[in-house]
Amino acid sequence: MKLAISMTGESLDAPFDARFGRAAQFCLVEPESGVCELVANPARDASGGAGVQAAQLLASQGVTAVVSGAYGPKAWKTLHAAGIRALLAPDSAHTPTGREMLEQFCAGTLREADAASHDGHHGG
Amino acid sequence: MRLVVASGKGGTGKTTVATALAQTAALTYAVRLLDCDVEAPNAALSLHPQWSSAVTVTRPVPRVDATRCTACGRCAEVCQFNALAVVGGGVLVFDDLCHGCGRCVWICPEQAMHEEPLAVGQIDAGYTPDGILLAQGLLRIGQPMGMPVLRALKRWPTAAALDAPFSDAESAHTLLEIRDAPPGASCPVVETLRGADAVILVTEPTAFGLHDLRQVVGIVQELGLPAWVVINRDGIGTAPIAEYCAEQGLPIALRIPLERRLAEALARGRPLLDAAPEYRPAVQTLLEQIVSGVAA
Repeated sequence: MKLAISMTGESLDAPFDARFGRAAQFCLVEPESGVCELVANPARDASGGAGVQAAQLLASQGVTAVVSGAYGPKAWKTLHAAGIRALLAPDSAHTPTGREMLEQFCAGTLREADAASHDGHHGG
Repeated sequence: MRLVVASGKGGTGKTTVATALAQTAALTYAVRLLDCDVEAPNAALSLHPQWSSAVTVTRPVPRVDATRCTACGRCAEVCQFNALAVVGGGVLVFDDLCHGCGRCVWICPEQAMHEEPLAVGQIDAGYTPDGILLAQGLLRIGQPMGMPVLRALKRWPTAAALDAPFSDAESAHTLLEIRDAPPGASCPVVETLRGADAVILVTEPTAFGLHDLRQVVGIVQELGLPAWVVINRDGIGTAPIAEYCAEQGLPIALRIPLERRLAEALARGRPLLDAAPEYRPAVQTLLEQIVSGVAA
């Protein structure tokens, strides 16, 4: 399987990015081997539909689960249609690193988003 | 002739000025007032038209024939607005993001896509008791983009009608179109200004009024349109509007002082000239100044 983690920085030890569609990049990890690949998120500066574009990117990379902080309605719908599990980072006072997210994923403690976690941003 | 009343800042008095101009102009012109604030049109609140027509505005959105689609992904690749996602062997269409450009339909190698009209708003029209033809665009609740409604309003009732008097063809009355612009300084304001002959910029002497005036002046200058300034609620603040206008070479054509009786009348749905008929000559002068300024 391949897990995607939304990241602000360029390694697993960098801070996690709580935004999905506008995350700076995604760390694509194979939890079994620990092999990690970084993919820049082309949607981060999109004028609209960033979540849709980011979800398609992950689908095209063969990702099967993603960890982020929140999913808008269009991102969630696209991930769902692509068969990608949308996992939520727990609320926390400190910003976790990507590695902490990976550990929580492996421990099976992350909750799955069964619907969008907020209304869309479009239309402002 | 087409005049736009714009301001940048919301609540400065665009509709107050636009309705006063329309009522004054209606004595000598066949006046059509377009309320271009499609998210919250309110000229009707003070002009009390008898609505006589309502036309639905639609925009095209793509639909997919799943029996022909091979999920090749070309449609999503060419979409500039991320309105399409090709995942899990099918196409997701997000109508909210679609601008109706038609690229996806054009590019589809299987001809599996076509466009269908989506209702996004309507145009209401009717005459006011003073003989003004008022038309307002009204965006449907939940629709994120007002531009299709605004464009339809500018073309209303037909493109050809724009260049001919809309009624009373026997009379010598020429058509004057007044567009009451939405607030702000983004696409809908630019679209409202496009194709106009002159602009009236309504502002107020506050930091907010001046800040937003600057933004709209930037657009007006970029479009090369002649502009006149109206200072509303004169006396409410001390922002240096006059200095700024002098710097920019913008004539201040009218000042409407801050007066409680005006605010009360407007809040009750009475237009400015009903509450304060003594402003009629000044509004008439403003109109004449603009008409002769544009003709010169």
